[in-house]
Amino acid sequence: MSATAMEQLYQQVILDHAKDPYGHGLVPPHEHGERVGESHQVNTTCGDELTLRVEVAQDATGQDVLRSVSWEGQGCSISRASVSVLSELVTDIPVADAERLGETFRELMRSRGVPLDEAAQDALGDATAFTGVGKFPARIKCALLGWAALRDAIVKAGVHEGVAQHDTEHEEDA
Amino acid sequence: MTQTVDPPGATSGLTDAELAAVRGDFPLLGRTLRDGRPLVYLDSGATSQKPDVVLDAERDFYTQRNAAVHRGAHQLAEEATDAFEGAREQVARFVGVASDEIVWTSNATAAINLVAYAMSNATAGRGGAAARRFVLGPGDEIVVTEAEHHANLVPWQELAARTGATLRWLGLHDDGRIRTDDLATVVGDRTRVLAFGHASNVTGAIAPVAELVARAREVGALTVLDACQSVPHLRVDLTALGVDFAAFSGHKMLGPTGVGALYGRRELLEALPPVMTGGSMVEVVTMESTTFAPPPQKFEAGTQMVAQAVGMGVAASYLEELGMDAVAAHEHVLAQALLDAVASVPHVRVLGPTEAVDRLATVAFVVDGVHAHDVGQVLDDAGVAVRVGHHCAQPLHRRFGITATARASASVYTTVDEIEVFREALSGVRAFFGLTADGGDGR
Repeated sequence: MSATAMEQLYQQVILDHAKDPYGHGLVPPHEHGERVGESHQVNTTCGDELTLRVEVAQDATGQDVLRSVSWEGQGCSISRASVSVLSELVTDIPVADAERLGETFRELMRSRGVPLDEAAQDALGDATAFTGVGKFPARIKCALLGWAALRDAIVKAGVHEGVAQHDTEHEEDA
Repeated sequence: MTQTVDPPGATSGLTDAELAAVRGDFPLLGRTLRDGRPLVYLDSGATSQKPDVVLDAERDFYTQRNAAVHRGAHQLAEEATDAFEGAREQVARFVGVASDEIVWTSNATAAINLVAYAMSNATAGRGGAAARRFVLGPGDEIVVTEAEHHANLVPWQELAARTGATLRWLGLHDDGRIRTDDLATVVGDRTRVLAFGHASNVTGAIAPVAELVARAREVGALTVLDACQSVPHLRVDLTALGVDFAAFSGHKMLGPTGVGALYGRRELLEALPPVMTGGSMVEVVTMESTTFAPPPQKFEAGTQMVAQAVGMGVAASYLEELGMDAVAAHEHVLAQALLDAVASVPHVRVLGPTEAVDRLATVAFVVDGVHAHDVGQVLDDAGVAVRVGHHCAQPLHRRFGITATARASASVYTTVDEIEVFREALSGVRAFFGLTADGGDGR
């Protein structure tokens, strides 16, 4: 691996998020009866554990929105940065948009390091920094752990709408 | 005592020329990685590389001798059977036991499970009066240690759950060694099985086999030794160690994957009921019932992994020819070099004994402020292959309050120069993640 590939893997955005992550520390649920979902995920490779909590509320138009996303657990810089970036990205956006973002991120992880199109990159924002992870199959699971927890937590919050969920488990385990 | 590493100077280990010759036997060690980097393979604890003689033996079997073993009156079948049984003799001799005390299994995990399930079958009434010594029930205890690989823990948890027996364990000292101060209370009259690893795949610590076996014998408990990590690196004489059962795998001792061995004392294998049943393990079969072949065939149902067994036999002979005292002496030097390497880098902590005494050249460590996965990635960038994670020993890691470690593990073909490459790469890990060498770790 060249220094370039290492730099692609550990982009400054990733190192910064890993060091000072967003959404770290589970937020206690509000008192307005919002729907709360929590997911516990284990990275079987290293035993790292992640608990992610979402709070879903309806906005003025009746749309389900992720009111808060928070998490705790230990992990490598890739997994910490990934859950940090996703927490920042999906807080206060509609659940359906968050699920679409998750699909886009999973697509990025399957791309073997090739950047996605511009629209996808715009949507992913800081999460495009994980493009280089796709070149390291052993680390894809690290980057996906948070997104797997998000998808599960949304289901546990009792939200049934959103985009169709594709079966991507085998890719995640690659 | 055969379980300890020879002290330095006891034997000369391998000369530079001998080591170069050994490395020349392993084609994979000559390959390069990304950007033409030489490979520094420090993951032999997970699986070893294979010498040409092992690869050639498998190919030779398929190209010259392949036939069903133990049946057929033709010449090929005879030659195949000779190769298969010859391999059993080679492996048996290598670990100091009789060849009919070696059962082929697909790996060491399968060997341990074989014992555990056979005891279940005995508990269910199979094996008759002879198998009563293997019957377990409420009030009986199975004892393991906190250092075990999951392969020598989960099968016993499951056996306890199936039979109503209780699982207990010996704890660990802070340096990773097995605590024996409470041995007399943990292993007592209720103990029926004492299962433990000869050497830890994480800490590298060698277990006090003599003390544990003596206590087990005092209370009439069966001993099961997980010898996966010791057999490739030390002279192991299972008869002298006095254990009742032992498990080890081919792929960690320079042999192929897909083959391992269970050792059982002859009288125990005779009394133990079979687990897998079907062809090749029977004497007389009627529509109503079956009588079983004597061991080891009783435990080898169905077509066996013949070519792999042949390869494992050749691997044993290869190590025997090098001389296990020389191998152990060489690896003692490597253990010292690995310990020196990690000790020379600030903020690196070893999980296990920090002195090269009664331990393997297997060193697990944490780098403060950097997750093991990230440590492994930086080492990989330098061509250094280590294992990261819990190494199938979660309770051991939990005992030390951590989830994952990086582990460098050597084998007979490892050189001190390679360990220097490892040291250099390790010394750059914290800096890569923006952590200073002398303090602040940013997390």
